[in-house]
Amino acid sequence: MIRYILKRLWHSGILAIVMSLIVFFGLYVVGDPVEMLSDDEFTEQDKIDLAIELGLDKPLFEQYFTYAGGMLQGDFGTSFVHNRPVLELILERLPATIEISLLAMIIGLSIGIPLGIFSGIKNNSRASKIISFFTTVGYSTPNFWQAIILIMVFAVFLQWLPASGRGLTNSMFGIEWAWLSLNGLQHMALPAINLAIYKICMQQRLAKSGTQEILYQEYMTFARAKGISRNRIIRRHLLRNILIPIVTITGLEVGGLIAFSTVTETIFSWPGIGKLLLDSIHMIDRPVVVAYLILITMMFVFINFVVDVMYAFLDPRIRHQK
Amino acid sequence: MIDYKKKLATLSLQTKSIFSGHPIAIAGLIGFVIFVLIALFAPWIAPQNPYDLMVLDIMDGLLPPLSKLGNGTTSWLGTDAVGRDILSAVMYGLRLSLFVAFVATTVGFLIGVFLGLLAAVKGGWVESVIMRAVDLKVSFPGILLALMMLAIFGTGVDKIIYALIIGVWASKARLTRSSALSEMQKEYIDAARISAIPNWRIMLKFLLPNSIAPVLVMVPMSLSGCIGAEATLSFLGVGVPITEPSLGLLIANGNDYLLSGKWWISLFPGVVLVSLVLCINVVADRIREHNNPFLKSMNMQ
Repeated sequence: MIRYILKRLWHSGILAIVMSLIVFFGLYVVGDPVEMLSDDEFTEQDKIDLAIELGLDKPLFEQYFTYAGGMLQGDFGTSFVHNRPVLELILERLPATIEISLLAMIIGLSIGIPLGIFSGIKNNSRASKIISFFTTVGYSTPNFWQAIILIMVFAVFLQWLPASGRGLTNSMFGIEWAWLSLNGLQHMALPAINLAIYKICMQQRLAKSGTQEILYQEYMTFARAKGISRNRIIRRHLLRNILIPIVTITGLEVGGLIAFSTVTETIFSWPGIGKLLLDSIHMIDRPVVVAYLILITMMFVFINFVVDVMYAFLDPRIRHQK
Repeated sequence: MIDYKKKLATLSLQTKSIFSGHPIAIAGLIGFVIFVLIALFAPWIAPQNPYDLMVLDIMDGLLPPLSKLGNGTTSWLGTDAVGRDILSAVMYGLRLSLFVAFVATTVGFLIGVFLGLLAAVKGGWVESVIMRAVDLKVSFPGILLALMMLAIFGTGVDKIIYALIIGVWASKARLTRSSALSEMQKEYIDAARISAIPNWRIMLKFLLPNSIAPVLVMVPMSLSGCIGAEATLSFLGVGVPITEPSLGLLIANGNDYLLSGKWWISLFPGVVLVSLVLCINVVADRIREHNNPFLKSMNMQ
């Protein structure tokens, strides 16, 4: 097991370095920060001074090492637009993204898995067909279109829930959270549902196909033949075995949720990191884009590592593989 | 060499066995064909050329569905802020969305299948480089990679196609490789190798036709994924240019007017987008179900 973990760790390290190189050198060709920061009154000399101040006169590789060195000490540069340290900007908005993604995840798992198991067991029932139809429609509908419909129905037409912003936030552990107040929760509702719909559909489909594959395994027939109660079969024999794909996908989907939160946050004006990324892309705020992408990449590398290890933990066949 | 008539006959037999008795999948297929026909013939059947700024009249702006335009024609689905007929814009938008998705899917598959075969045949460092690149790609959500690409190269129809290709190739390379590897265990490949047939010939003549089937099953899924991704990126303003709106961009344009009650600008492109993706997905589901021997044997029980 330890050997397996070390091997994955080694892969993850290489992955992290390669991705940071791609992001850094890729983004390097975008826009000219000097042009962005200077106005008409700047002379050529001022521009050169600015370039030197930003370190843009140095060779590319030196810039990368300076950047990577700063990054390891928690310095991701300064935003051109906000004129503040990038890390501060990102950390300030991170809680908003985390709370919305977690809420969506909880909704998705707690509705999707039971629905999936149900429609897997009762495969040919009418209810199961209706559920499957709705989840097909659900995952066929692009996220942003669902968001527009949600806003139209619940914010404009019924006027039940607010359509934008984060509402009141309260402090907990020195961080501002929206979920601590009713007003904040109301603001969270629509964006969280928007993110959750896709999750529900995915989980339902996964749990359904997992259930169907396991339902006809011989050990299931044997368990039934032994006269074990239905509930116990579902809990002990079914749930445990469909857990492996679900754990993997759920782990990977944590990242997917954060990626898709760019769309949801932009539409609902939810002040998280996804909206920050998109605003920064539009305003060519390079330090923010680079820092966001590198941080997200590191997060993905980490998530993949954790998923791999958990997978090996759940399925002994994997960790004994050469 | 290859009997095309026989191939065609088995293909049509297969299609029959996939779809017969599954009315929803048939409806999806028919719907998809209709959408493709509309997209192909948009310049001839659309009431107006929405790209031609000369025919647009700002006086016709923001008219609700079924109103009369300045030139006497009826705008069945209303107009947008610059007086563009929504029906025509949707037809052209459908054309662009489908074009982008088709190109990206096709090129993505070609690259993926080629790399997968190469990895299987060559082995060694070629295989590890390709498979590491695949690992790299599949560990990130496509939408983020596409955003990253578009942040790097800027926006435009060609750029978004590149971004989508990056999203498509990897999983196909992985599947082709595993499918080709199991094929390579068979004796006829050994026989070909002993006969000193060059690697590229083994790849194209023997491995390609025999290991492509499971990869082809993924085509519809990929297509609908590309359509959704393009719409999302265009909606976010990092996709196609404003002068040639795709379905996603049309929805984004109308989004600004939704709160003032002008629902038709976003609604119709949205309905078309969702129906298109839905049609493809029900076909995709059916094909996948048909090709999953496990589910098949189960249904027989």
